Amino acid sequence: MSTCPVTLEMLPQHPDGREILTCLQCGVCAGTCPYGDVMEYPPRRMIAMMRAGMLEKVFTSDSLLACVACYACMAKCPRGIRLTEILLPLMKEQALTHLPELPRELQRALQNTLRYGNPMGEPSRKRAAWVKTAGVPIRILSEDRKPADTLWFVECYTSYYPRGQDNSRATARIFHRLGIDFAILGNEEKCAGECGRLTWEPGLFETLMDYNMAVFQKYQFNRVVTSCPHAHNAFKNRYPALGFNWGLEHVTPFLARHLDRLEPLLTKKLPYSVTYHDSCCLGRQNEFYEAPRQLLRAIPGMKLVEMVHNRVNAICCGGGGGGMWLDTYFKAKGYERLSERRVKEAAATGADVLAVSCPYEVSRFEDALKVLGLDKRMMVRDVTELLAEAMEE
Amino acid sequence: MHVLVLLKMVPDVVEDLEIASDRRALDLDSLRMILSEPDDHALEQALLLKERLGAVVTVLALDAPEVDDALFTAAAKGADRVIKIVGMDAGATTRQAARCFSQVIADDTGIVPVDLILTGVQAIDDLDGLVAPLVADALHMPFLGIITGITLDASGTTAHVIKEFPGGVRGEFEIQLPAVLGIQAAERPPRYVPVAKVRAAMKSVAIECAQVPALADGGWPAVNVVEMKHNEPPAHAKMLDGTPDQVSDRVCGILAERAIF
Repeated sequence: MSTCPVTLEMLPQHPDGREILTCLQCGVCAGTCPYGDVMEYPPRRMIAMMRAGMLEKVFTSDSLLACVACYACMAKCPRGIRLTEILLPLMKEQALTHLPELPRELQRALQNTLRYGNPMGEPSRKRAAWVKTAGVPIRILSEDRKPADTLWFVECYTSYYPRGQDNSRATARIFHRLGIDFAILGNEEKCAGECGRLTWEPGLFETLMDYNMAVFQKYQFNRVVTSCPHAHNAFKNRYPALGFNWGLEHVTPFLARHLDRLEPLLTKKLPYSVTYHDSCCLGRQNEFYEAPRQLLRAIPGMKLVEMVHNRVNAICCGGGGGGMWLDTYFKAKGYERLSERRVKEAAATGADVLAVSCPYEVSRFEDALKVLGLDKRMMVRDVTELLAEAMEE
Repeated sequence: MHVLVLLKMVPDVVEDLEIASDRRALDLDSLRMILSEPDDHALEQALLLKERLGAVVTVLALDAPEVDDALFTAAAKGADRVIKIVGMDAGATTRQAARCFSQVIADDTGIVPVDLILTGVQAIDDLDGLVAPLVADALHMPFLGIITGITLDASGTTAHVIKEFPGGVRGEFEIQLPAVLGIQAAERPPRYVPVAKVRAAMKSVAIECAQVPALADGGWPAVNVVEMKHNEPPAHAKMLDGTPDQVSDRVCGILAERAIF
């Protein structure tokens, strides 16, 4: 079934479309867009082209490829126009069929997500293989169907990518120490699909949504907690149309909610200077700015410093909206990788650690640090990894 | 211009391959099947000919798990007709597949006449690349393999094809139509088709079925599998721990012990 509230054709007659047509053409969206300077049609011009009935030209340009779905244009729009949520996905859907050729990395990621349930093309039957290395018991619902209070939706990079698995192991250890009654879907889990929706492919998103909802409905649990801000976004904003009505939290705010019980467990001093990168989905889209900072401040010995661009002004890592699989394309075009732009700012704070809350960012920032020769000065850690380290005896 | 594309599904090696308990075949229950990649290139080449020349594209596939998805995807990409050959035992050999394709093509009056038959030059379960030449032989058509480009002359009776050779050498050949070509790679990578289009094709396109034909000589040529087994892994690398000095001393010691220097 389709969960998209509106199509591009009906947009001008729809309240969301009429809202877009109130655009002042002030250009704040283009100015705040991290790739606005390289787009032939930055967001302001896209709206102007829509008004002029000339969107075809936008679809066949590569401007939409450069949209990393960072919500910056939406957050800054004085009219409150929901560009990232409404107009850009609808236009990207059109670009998918109008572009002469889809970049191979992106094409492969979309095909892999459809076939294997993860963009890396890893075996679906090995999604839960990391569990054996967790060091604590993790219940998989297909093997033990009794109800769980919390269904932990692990997601792709945290299941397969080796550094992402560090995040999962840390999360499992923290849940265990906190006595959370949790379970996971194991190999039954597939990507929640948020990047499918924001990355051109509503059909892929709907396929994944149908699948995951059918799996959810097999089991009993009270809430879903996920390690991935993109999955959180999908569950919060799109899955309810299919009946998703469980409680929902991302791991970071979930742990912040348990800070009174977590803080006494943080006994090991971590003498790091840390700067925190606000993920676009967790920050600008859901305004979880304080939860990760509360957790970091609770770690003994840790000093928190801020980057120039923080909270609503944070610079995107470049991984959203399909950017995760367009690095080669951007590089070939001569664009600066946004992850490199971000780690330069992080390194300028003098911090030892760049803390993150999104599984995309670990690989993106670690690669950027290596490319810029900054990997000896700074390390990247998920907030959960730092918490787990501080819990070590 | 009528282009026929032959597709077959092969085991997906992303997932682990398990051997059946009789040790003579892969465990079909644990397999996932995927469209053979060179066949996907053959389909793309046919669709390029459709775009350039207005060719009609028919796709003919052997029945296998997940083949319907491959056929609906082919239809969503632009194939005009999709046909599945049903009634064949799983795990057909290359010869069986070729005979089945050629017999259905010859018997089904709705498929012939064809101008070009394209299929992948090889598959992971047919590294010898025999399907295309065997089909060509059975249908008395000329064959060329390892093809990476096709153009047709104005009369539509001759194709000019690019054939790859080792060492980066390419040759251009003329071949009389109808002909069978083994496609190494299409002129551009296989196109992406949005999932929504595939889902729409599932609702609007009917997959036709063709029965496995009875063979005149009374049976399929057989190749007997004696035993299948996983490769024995070689001895694993040994990781040396210690400081750089300790490790380099140990490396020198090992080389000396083995009289390598």
